[in-house]
Amino acid sequence: MHEYPITLRIVEIANQQANEANGRVTGIHLVVGDESGFIGESIQMYFDVIAEGTPCEGASLSIERVRPKLQCTACGRYFERRPFSFSCPFCGGDGRPTKIGKEFYIKDVELEVD
Amino acid sequence: MHMVKKDVMTDIYAENDHIADHVNGYLSEKGIYTVNVMGAPGAGKTTTLEQLIKRLGVRCYVVEGDIESDIDTERLRKEGINASQINTFGACHLDAPLLHNAVHAMTFDEQGILFVENVGNLVCPAEFSIGEDIKLLQVSTADGSDKPYKYPLAFEKANVILLSKTDLLPYLDFDEEFFMKGVRHLNPNVPVFKVCGKTGEGYDEAAKWLKERSGK
Ligand SMILES: [Zn+2]
Repeated sequence: MHEYPITLRIVEIANQQANEANGRVTGIHLVVGDESGFIGESIQMYFDVIAEGTPCEGASLSIERVRPKLQCTACGRYFERRPFSFSCPFCGGDGRPTKIGKEFYIKDVELEVD
Repeated sequence: MHMVKKDVMTDIYAENDHIADHVNGYLSEKGIYTVNVMGAPGAGKTTTLEQLIKRLGVRCYVVEGDIESDIDTERLRKEGINASQINTFGACHLDAPLLHNAVHAMTFDEQGILFVENVGNLVCPAEFSIGEDIKLLQVSTADGSDKPYKYPLAFEKANVILLSKTDLLPYLDFDEEFFMKGVRHLNPNVPVFKVCGKTGEGYDEAAKWLKERSGK
């Protein structure tokens, strides 16, 4: 439910891009990590409502989902965690959290301009 | 008519983090050290506040953000603790703008420690910085030993962890070794205090740690 204010912000950022280029938004590319605390489907749900009547109206929202990865402290490789385990599937070493899976940003917007 | 693609790379958290920095700056200037208290509903967060505050011996302030707890605010006030309530309008976590408004409505007459009791939830509160100096995570033995595995981010981001309701240990199948293994993987150096709200056990050590950490 906390996706509403954040979707407002996404539309605001994209509209600003459209206004600067004197065009309209046709697509927004979002990157959302599973551990970002945001759910792509919820953003999508609010998006159409919020975009209505703005340069974002009718734009498609593409959401790139990123699964969290741990990094092994022994061999340095990145891997996805299995349930109830933090062990490296390659060498059995200890995995530590990384930034992968915590992303939440607008990668790019697609604009239609004259 | 043609299409252009514009790289934006804008972090959507940026606005929240910007306000969080402002809140932290405002509080630090007033000599206030801020603790973001996170935990599942019923973990005993309010009890922990009572137990810590009576041991700290410094001026303490409380902001209650938990949706279920205007009762808790009353409870704290009865004990003479300076507590105020944030209306979260049903939100699942506190964010920096909410705390911003709350602290600007408060009077900090003395330097000390501000506890912000976040909404009872192990997911969203971990995502949002509210301008705190540290995050305190409380988990009760009744919550189960698998919590680090199910909610890794809360454990990863915690600066201190309180494992509460240790008096229930004989009655639960809480696997402490499994719990600590998960904690250590996510956060190798985080201090973990075992506490009991009923007997007050463990709170002396936790309060001592907090006092040192806060420098108050
Ligand atoms: Zn490895």
